[in-house]
Amino acid sequence: MSEVVAVIDYGMGNLHSAGKALEKVANGQQILITGDADRIRAADRVVFPGVGAIRDCIAVLQETGLDQAIRDVIAAGKPVLGICVGMQALMAHSEENNGVDCLGVFDGEVTFFGEMQDDTGSKLKVPHMGWNQVQQGMAHPMWAGIADNARFYFVHSYCVTGLADEEVAGYCDYGRRFAAAATRNNVFAVQFHPEKSADAGLTLLENFLRWQP
Amino acid sequence: MGLAKRIIPCLDVDDGRVVKGVQFVDIRDAGDPVEVAKRYNDAGADEITFLDITASHEGRDTTLHTVEQIASQVFIPLTVGGGVRTLDDIRNLLNAGADKVGINSAAVHNPEFVREAAERFGSQCIVVAIDAKKVSAESEPNRWEIFTHGGRKPTGLDAVQWARRMTDYGAGEILLTSMDRDGTKNGFDIALTRAISDAVPVPVIASGGVGNLQHLVDGVIQGGADAVLAASIFHFAEYSVEEAKRFMQNAGIEMRL
Repeated sequence: MSEVVAVIDYGMGNLHSAGKALEKVANGQQILITGDADRIRAADRVVFPGVGAIRDCIAVLQETGLDQAIRDVIAAGKPVLGICVGMQALMAHSEENNGVDCLGVFDGEVTFFGEMQDDTGSKLKVPHMGWNQVQQGMAHPMWAGIADNARFYFVHSYCVTGLADEEVAGYCDYGRRFAAAATRNNVFAVQFHPEKSADAGLTLLENFLRWQP
Repeated sequence: MGLAKRIIPCLDVDDGRVVKGVQFVDIRDAGDPVEVAKRYNDAGADEITFLDITASHEGRDTTLHTVEQIASQVFIPLTVGGGVRTLDDIRNLLNAGADKVGINSAAVHNPEFVREAAERFGSQCIVVAIDAKKVSAESEPNRWEIFTHGGRKPTGLDAVQWARRMTDYGAGEILLTSMDRDGTKNGFDIALTRAISDAVPVPVIASGGVGNLQHLVDGVIQGGADAVLAASIFHFAEYSVEEAKRFMQNAGIEMRL
């Protein structure tokens, strides 16, 4: 039996890209886009993508019981990859939508970029949109073959702060320093979109499919 | 160190074929959007914008199929615009694999559509395309107005106010085209680009008028654009995307190379 990689579908947007990028780098694994909690629990690896507003994301996860499925696969020690809002949803709390309690897998806080200026004093645009550099915070199998300070594609208005240093796998600077990647045990989460980050992103996804935490 | 400015080649696609000819020397089928998108991806394009000019209703299915094929093979962001009028249009494009959807005349006809779209799908995927033309006389302070129908029909809407309103309604990015400069190769309308970029909190893509690489630099440094969109200079292989990026980097602009 080939390994099954579940991409969690909770009806919140474009999963095509994540699924297609995983298929591109898969080596015999079956990529399954599903919203079925049992199939997610039964999968060998789980990808938790996300776009849109955090309030809707958490509400849908709770209504469908997928929040518990995510906790279960994490507790079972299976490799889990959170992407963008998927990463934010794994934190303790987000200040988006007047404050939303998230899944609390990490203790981080999701905060708004707010009014910021660059070095020259001009206003920084929000969303933080485009290719920014990720400074690797640690050696990690997920960074194999990816240069330190490689560029990944970001699009977000809120960012993760307040994590313990040993949980920040990568940093990014945009007006402030924030966690571009977080990790603990079998969980790795990224604020950027690996499925839209050309070669560096595909390498990261390939690393995830091989990762043995 | 920091966020790179983006170069975005734009393809005009009619019924599944790239039009306004792409002239790469070694491309097998310059009319195939998938092949052209792959080429631009390999050349280091930061995103790809696909403007659907298909007139017929049946052609829309071809468009979705094309988007699906590009999204399966090109792993950089893809924006699709042209003829987007309903929430269903947006959903279909996103489901086919578009990352962002451009809304143009539908926003002028019904501004609330932008608000609904941003609420439903998130601001990150809603790009409002603005076609603006200068309407002030030389002796007057600059004033630009929104035009529709390829620059033929004035709307009376002030471009700067309109851009601000669209971002208030949830647009996550503005694609700004100067109808005065489009196709001229005389460079972006820098004053317009600067006025819009200073007025809105979201990224602005400058478009219309690129004839050489210095124009790209001017759009970013003088105009304050976050990204530059160009078609003909890349399609006709006057310059490669990589050449453009190096030129911009040498001018002191942060680029992904």
